[in-house]
Amino acid sequence: MKESSVPAAQVVGRYRVIPIIQEQAMANISTAKATPAIQHEVGLPGALVADWHDKAISRLGTLLKERRGLQVFMDSCTKCGACTDKCHYFLGTGDPLNMPVARQDLLRSVYRRHFTFAGKWFPKLVGARELDKPMLEDWYRYFHQCSECRRCTVFCPKGIDTSEVTMAGRDILASIGIGQQYSQEIIAKVNRVGNNLGMKKPALIDVLDNLAEDISDDTGLAIRIPLDDASADMLIVTPSADFFAEPHVDGLIGMIKVLHVAGIRYTFSSQASEAANFALFTGQRDQMQGIAQRISTAAQALGVSRIVMGECGHAWRVAYSFMDTLVGGFDYLDPEHPRPEHICELTYELLKAGRIQLDPTRNDGKVVTFHDSCNVARGSGMGGIRRGQFIVPRALLKASVPEIIEMSSDATMQKTFCCGGGGGLLTDDLMELRIKGALPRAQALQAVVDSHGVTHLVAICAICKTQLSQVLPHHNLGDVQVTSLHELVGNAIIL
Amino acid sequence: MTTLLGTVETDHEGYLMSRSSWSRELAIDMAATDDITLSDAHWEVIEFLQEYYDNYEIAPAIRILTKQIGKRFGQEKGNSKYLYELFPKGPAKQACRYAGLPKPTGCV
Repeated sequence: MKESSVPAAQVVGRYRVIPIIQEQAMANISTAKATPAIQHEVGLPGALVADWHDKAISRLGTLLKERRGLQVFMDSCTKCGACTDKCHYFLGTGDPLNMPVARQDLLRSVYRRHFTFAGKWFPKLVGARELDKPMLEDWYRYFHQCSECRRCTVFCPKGIDTSEVTMAGRDILASIGIGQQYSQEIIAKVNRVGNNLGMKKPALIDVLDNLAEDISDDTGLAIRIPLDDASADMLIVTPSADFFAEPHVDGLIGMIKVLHVAGIRYTFSSQASEAANFALFTGQRDQMQGIAQRISTAAQALGVSRIVMGECGHAWRVAYSFMDTLVGGFDYLDPEHPRPEHICELTYELLKAGRIQLDPTRNDGKVVTFHDSCNVARGSGMGGIRRGQFIVPRALLKASVPEIIEMSSDATMQKTFCCGGGGGLLTDDLMELRIKGALPRAQALQAVVDSHGVTHLVAICAICKTQLSQVLPHHNLGDVQVTSLHELVGNAIIL
Repeated sequence: MTTLLGTVETDHEGYLMSRSSWSRELAIDMAATDDITLSDAHWEVIEFLQEYYDNYEIAPAIRILTKQIGKRFGQEKGNSKYLYELFPKGPAKQACRYAGLPKPTGCV
């Protein structure tokens, strides 16, 4: 097995320093390409097609027409430089192609060559470039060194969304036969089985039965965790990592305690046993629609009146921003709750209504900080209130723990730093990138560990939880416990 | 040292493409490249993973793994710290590889 070389832990200082440019620093980092079998399974060519150049340009032309934002983003960059030092992968690696503007220009220069008058006739004058094999390799490498977190977009005076550029680049690559193994295998498994893990119904039943037994033993309550229960009012759709991994499962236990105490008739679904939608990451709208449809179909088959999403960042972005258009509306839901809701919204609603009570002293000794997940922070809202995606999770934390310490304001809320593993990059073959990309988050965390003795980093995204658990030890922060928000809620809830 | 590693088909991360090419000797060789000598304690975990996979077509969730290992082999073994000591790169991934099972996919 080929090991990716992992650098020695970097010095984590209190202040971020703009790194010295290191050309080609990450040119040797490339995530594995999808196998022919996986490409075929998701309806894509198994290997680079013979007429790849013309196919790629044609696909770009289609995307420019379909996605009006992409056309605007191709034309509107003035090279002001505001984005250059805002990307965690640039800050962590120093590779200039990880500056957002440079990443965009990989696509923009080809766009100019083929879709603008000046680029067709005077390519060198306007930085237009041909799509050749080396460019194709740069596309593959550097569009898979972007986590589509959109922090750079916050600072762009034109509002250029680099994630849309990355998604377009990945879509074009996959369409000519060069998909990414990690994301495409996951999309294939969701289509085949119903979740990213490939966990079939008997395994799901085993997990839920075991959890019910554990929670019953711990609490003395008679807990039952329903699956495919057509008498339920509410469908819970959570990332499958919650069934499988730590610390995710402790958050799932907290969710189940909330639902039990509030007396909600809920169910999980074996058909929609995944909140995540990796087609957002790969830019494949047809797959994104198909994965979203599973949830809507399951909800209608079960006859529920509410859909609630678990702690998954990009799932919430898809549910909040895109699902209505993707699956054709939610007229089957309760008119009081006419769209999918976030588990944090539900728990907050129950708390305000007095249907659950939280006692923060049950989390005594924990000093907690909150990591805003990028897709929640910059791609969604919560609670129907302005900035609700920041307010609602913090309100739940405040009710659940005695002490919350905020990290620096340039590393939280809308300026939050990605965990370093989002956007389809949470794969072992990108471990070096993931460790380096977590540097800005680690620096912000180190500062509050030093100043206030923070013990727990709380997240509401399965990717963030896995990534940070794995990479924080490389930044000498292995003692900080990465925790699900609903684990702390579950500790604090009065049963 | 002779090794079986080159004789079997694996994916890009060293997981077996087919369970049928698995053998105990192969698992020993896989572990050796990570500087691990498989002990009885390792085999308890590897064999449980295979048994679970045969029943459910997926590796067990970490919580089920710790619970079952604890029940079968003693409560002192039923925790993730113990399993990480045996398999430092994570019981779900490293032990699955030695057991000839596919790597768990997703946000894990």
